[in-house]
Amino acid sequence: MIARRLFSSDRRIAVTIATLLAAAVIVPVLNLAVPADSVFHMPSYVVALVGKYLCYALLALALDLVWGYCGILSLGHGAFFALGGYAMGMYLMRQIGPRGVYSHPTLPDFMVFLNWKELPFTWWGFSSFPYAMLMVGLVPGILAFVFGWFAFRSRVTGVYLSIITQALTYALMLAFFRNDMGFGGNNGLTDFKDILGFNIQSQTTRAVLFSLSVLALMAGYLVARAIVTSKAGKILIAVRDAEARTRFLGYRVENYKLFVWTVSAVMAGIAGALYVPQVGIINPSEFSPANSIETIVWVAVGGRGTLVGAALGAGVVNFAKSWFTGAFPQGWLFALGGLFVFVTLFLPKGIVGTFTEWWRTRAAKREPPASAAAEQPAQ
Amino acid sequence: MLIDPMDMHVPTEAVQAIERPLVVTQSLLYLDGVSVSFDGFRAINNLSLVIAPGEMRAIIGPNGAGKTTMMDIITGKTKPDTGDVIFDGQIDLTQLDETAIANLGIGRKFQKPTVFESHTVEDNVEMAVKADRTVFGTLFSRHSAEIWKRVDEILGIVRLGDHRRRMAGDLSHGQKQWLEIGMLLAQDPKLLLVDEPAAGMTDVETGATADLLKDIAKTHSVVVVEHDMGFIRELGVKVTCLHEGSVLSEGTLDKVSADERVIEVYLGR
Repeated sequence: MIARRLFSSDRRIAVTIATLLAAAVIVPVLNLAVPADSVFHMPSYVVALVGKYLCYALLALALDLVWGYCGILSLGHGAFFALGGYAMGMYLMRQIGPRGVYSHPTLPDFMVFLNWKELPFTWWGFSSFPYAMLMVGLVPGILAFVFGWFAFRSRVTGVYLSIITQALTYALMLAFFRNDMGFGGNNGLTDFKDILGFNIQSQTTRAVLFSLSVLALMAGYLVARAIVTSKAGKILIAVRDAEARTRFLGYRVENYKLFVWTVSAVMAGIAGALYVPQVGIINPSEFSPANSIETIVWVAVGGRGTLVGAALGAGVVNFAKSWFTGAFPQGWLFALGGLFVFVTLFLPKGIVGTFTEWWRTRAAKREPPASAAAEQPAQ
Repeated sequence: MLIDPMDMHVPTEAVQAIERPLVVTQSLLYLDGVSVSFDGFRAINNLSLVIAPGEMRAIIGPNGAGKTTMMDIITGKTKPDTGDVIFDGQIDLTQLDETAIANLGIGRKFQKPTVFESHTVEDNVEMAVKADRTVFGTLFSRHSAEIWKRVDEILGIVRLGDHRRRMAGDLSHGQKQWLEIGMLLAQDPKLLLVDEPAAGMTDVETGATADLLKDIAKTHSVVVVEHDMGFIRELGVKVTCLHEGSVLSEGTLDKVSADERVIEVYLGR
């Protein structure tokens, strides 16, 4: 019985990893090596679109880790995503160098426009790629750690916690809208030229970014899985289901929450950092609470507490969004709301959760006849 | 000459010492003059109670007598307004939180059986077994034969061996009660606080639970809150009757149940 359970969960990992690895190789090949007139050619816009979905999938995975496994419903995970995105955007801005509209040797265009004379300290070091990558993880991580340290220690839970996470992302949005914050105000950061010396618009760079997104999603999945299948993962689920009981067993609930919350924020930051070079812009609207709420819908649709489901949900819902906004531009928000209601009422476990349950009951139904058949010859 | 009060030496330590003298006792659990009010309602009123090491004690009393609140105070869920709660001779429990108190060796079973429903029975016990409880300790913990041997033992004691792979949420009410007692045992506490272990059980189950608790009491100190007088008679231990947040009567079951005031407020005529 244990062997079978291990086998089936191993199979799920294997299938997920194989699919992702295949995508990481096949999609760039179809895009770059197959001639444009072939039916197998994958147009660049599709690569960019799917690359974007992959970043969303990583964000959804991060949210599922805290919501699905630890019961922390964050309505502000977009904030960590956007902060990671800004860290990457700042690096890309510094790479523009003197090629900006105003041809200033160091200052980005918007600072020249604001009549600033030197780079604010927040921008120091961002011309270095390793430093920028460090900030991609560190900034969301530290914010999450400090926020979580206070929130979990004061035992803020449930809907109250959700509301303050939403307030957090809203406050950041208002702050980033301000020109004097030094992050480009409402225009944000855009007009990127190159990344590590490679032209950011080129087909090859985009294909590489796509593959990196796949690998990041895979790494995120493996880390999240390692956490949830460890003994600490059992404690997280215990906290989700009966927080007080876990305390009386002698576990420091706030430390478990803080750990998983911070890991999740770093994952969201990495997702944001991969997102920005692929869409070519980051602006304060990424902090908008609506984005974070949309992420909740992805996870709910895919199935919370399943990891794979969260990533899948992000893909499915965003694909529907891309199609819908083309076909019925006015209808998307209604469709999204309708989808959320539908999933809550009819698929409370989401796509993957429902499928897994169906699979298990089918397997359980099969079992008794098999044992009965084995007994018959003995009679 | 005027003296600036800010310059005066105020012996703060001494003042604190007067406020909260260091109580050292021989008892395992020592409650003295404990009171707590919720919105003006005195749930616990000048309660004093002493549990000796190795003792088993039954607590009875009508609804609202403060039995569960007393357990909340001992386990750190509720802070008393006044009074001393001393564990193991000298540890002041009023200064500690639930986690710290649990790790000191006080385990608690709730009135409503509370198990982790989406975990299997064996995982419930495994989480309770005494082991490293830090985040990184559990994150990197490997399969430990020692822990699982203990899990097997506990499942044997609480007779849930056949149900070990079932989800705890699928167990019957009585089985959940037993699982929770098993988890309590797995923690290997010095003191077990058991709130209504026989609630919702059949007579046979109640008898088995009494036997189990008597067994546990051989090696642990136990405080049992229960309404079922038959169950308490079966335990055959010293009884404390609470009423309106303080001790009404204490002694053998026969002595307590003969007490006029106990009959008045609890047993009925």
